[in-house]
Amino acid sequence: MDLSKASFRGYRRANGRVGVRNHVIILPLDDISNAAAEGVARNVQGTMALPHPYGRLQFGADLELHFRTLIGTGSNPNVAAVVVIGIEPAWTKRVVDGIAATGKPAAGFSIELNGDFATIMNASRKAKEFVHYATALERIEAPLKDLWVSTKCGESDTTSGCGANPTVGNAFDKLYPHGTTLVFGETTELTGGEQLVAKRCRTPEVKEKFMMMFNRYQEVINRHKTSDLSDSQPTKGNIAGGLTTIEEKALGNIQKIGKKCLVDGVIDKAEQPAGPGLWFMDSSSAAAEMVTLCAASGFVVHLFPTGQGNVIGNPILPVIKLSANPRTVRTMSEHIDVDVSGLLRREINMDQAGDMLLECTFATANGRWTAAEVLGHREFVLTRLYESA
Amino acid sequence: MTTHFVVHEEGDSVGTVVVENVKAGDTLTGWIMEQDKTVTVKTLNDIPIGHKIALKELKNGDTVIKYGVDIGRTIAPIRAGEHLHVHNVKTKRW
Repeated sequence: MDLSKASFRGYRRANGRVGVRNHVIILPLDDISNAAAEGVARNVQGTMALPHPYGRLQFGADLELHFRTLIGTGSNPNVAAVVVIGIEPAWTKRVVDGIAATGKPAAGFSIELNGDFATIMNASRKAKEFVHYATALERIEAPLKDLWVSTKCGESDTTSGCGANPTVGNAFDKLYPHGTTLVFGETTELTGGEQLVAKRCRTPEVKEKFMMMFNRYQEVINRHKTSDLSDSQPTKGNIAGGLTTIEEKALGNIQKIGKKCLVDGVIDKAEQPAGPGLWFMDSSSAAAEMVTLCAASGFVVHLFPTGQGNVIGNPILPVIKLSANPRTVRTMSEHIDVDVSGLLRREINMDQAGDMLLECTFATANGRWTAAEVLGHREFVLTRLYESA
Repeated sequence: MTTHFVVHEEGDSVGTVVVENVKAGDTLTGWIMEQDKTVTVKTLNDIPIGHKIALKELKNGDTVIKYGVDIGRTIAPIRAGEHLHVHNVKTKRW
C-alpha cells in the first residue's frame, strides 16, 4: 500500500493534535464520584461517564500516575470536551486545569457541600453545552503524520506470533517512515526477548533507559512472585492456546514492532511522547490497563492482535482486533475486525495482511466503529503502583 | 496442499500446529516461513491447534529453540513428533 499521499479525516483540536472520535466525557476524579458522573451521563445524551475504582488516599508516584492518567485521558484528541466530578475541589481542579491546558473545554464540579443532586444538575447544564459544542465540530482532512497508533496484544497464542502480531509489525513498518507516532509496551512480556528490543533502540541512551525500565519491572516480579508465574504469565488462556513459556510469549509479542522501525524513545506510564517515531512505554501487560495507558498517552487508534480471543475495548480509544487463529475468527467473529487467518493457510502473505489491517485502520480513523465500540466494550482500568495510604 | 504446522526458522526445535483435528499417527506437512521450505513429520500425539510439535529429539534439560531463540528448557526427554508444552518444557526465567 502506497502511503505517501495517505490522509484521514479527523477532528483538529486547539493544541494541533487530531482525534478520530469526538467524545464528551464525564470523568470522575475518584471512586465515590462515579454515581454523580453516571447521573450526568444519564441526563445528557451524547456524553459518556468513565467510572473507575480509585483516586482516594493515593500518594507519591502512584498519585502522580493517577493524575497523569486522568489528565491524559481528558487531553486525548478523541475527546472534544470534559466534565470532571470529584468529591472535593482541589484535586478536581488539578485535573480540569491539566486538561484545559490543551485548549479544549473542561469544567469541574465537586460534591462536598453540594451533594449528588446539585452536583449532577450543575454538571448536566455544562455537559449539555459541551455536547452542543462538540456536535457542531466537523471532520477535516489530516496528513498521516497526525495519526498516533498504539499496539498491545491479548489472549495471545502461538498463532499470534506467526500471524496477527507480525501483521501489526508489517503495518508499523509501513506507517513508520511517514512521521506517525507509534507505541508498544508490555514490559514483562518482553522477558526472554529484551535483548532483541535493546538492539532495536536508536541510541545508547534509549537502550539504557529501556533496560532500566525492563529491569525495574523484573524487580517487581522477583519481589512478589510465589512461583515461576506459570499460572499468570503466560495466562491460562495463553497455555490453552499453546504458549508454553514467557520467553515464547515475548518473542511472539515482539513481532508487533516489525522488522524495520527502530525504538526512538522510551516513556513512563501515561507520559506523552515528545515526537514522532516508535516509542516503548513501560506498562502492565494486562490488556485493559495497557490500552488505558495508551489512551492517556494520547494515542487515537489501537491495533490489538489476539489469538484465543480477548474482547477488550476502551471508552475513548477505538480498539481494532485482528486474529490469525481460524477457530477464534469462527467462534468469536463478532469481536474480530480483521481476519488474517488466511496467513496460516498460505492464502495471503504478510504484505497483504498488513494492508488489510491498514485499510481497517483508515476506515476506523475516518469514523467507522470497531467491533469493540459496537459491542459496548469500554474497559477503563487505571494502573496502581502500590497500596493507598 | 494443506499446511498443518508452521516453523519460524530453520533450526527451530518446534513447529506450531495451525489446523484443527491433528491425530496421533498423522503425517503432517510443515512450512518453514523464513526459508520458505517444506518439511514433513509424523506426529506421535493428538495435538490441538496452536500447540507445538517437536521436530527433533530433545534430551532432558535441553534448550528449546523457536524464532531461532531460546524459549525454555525441557524437563523430560522429548521425541521428534511429540506434543511439546507445559508438561515437558519450563521457563528459564523467574
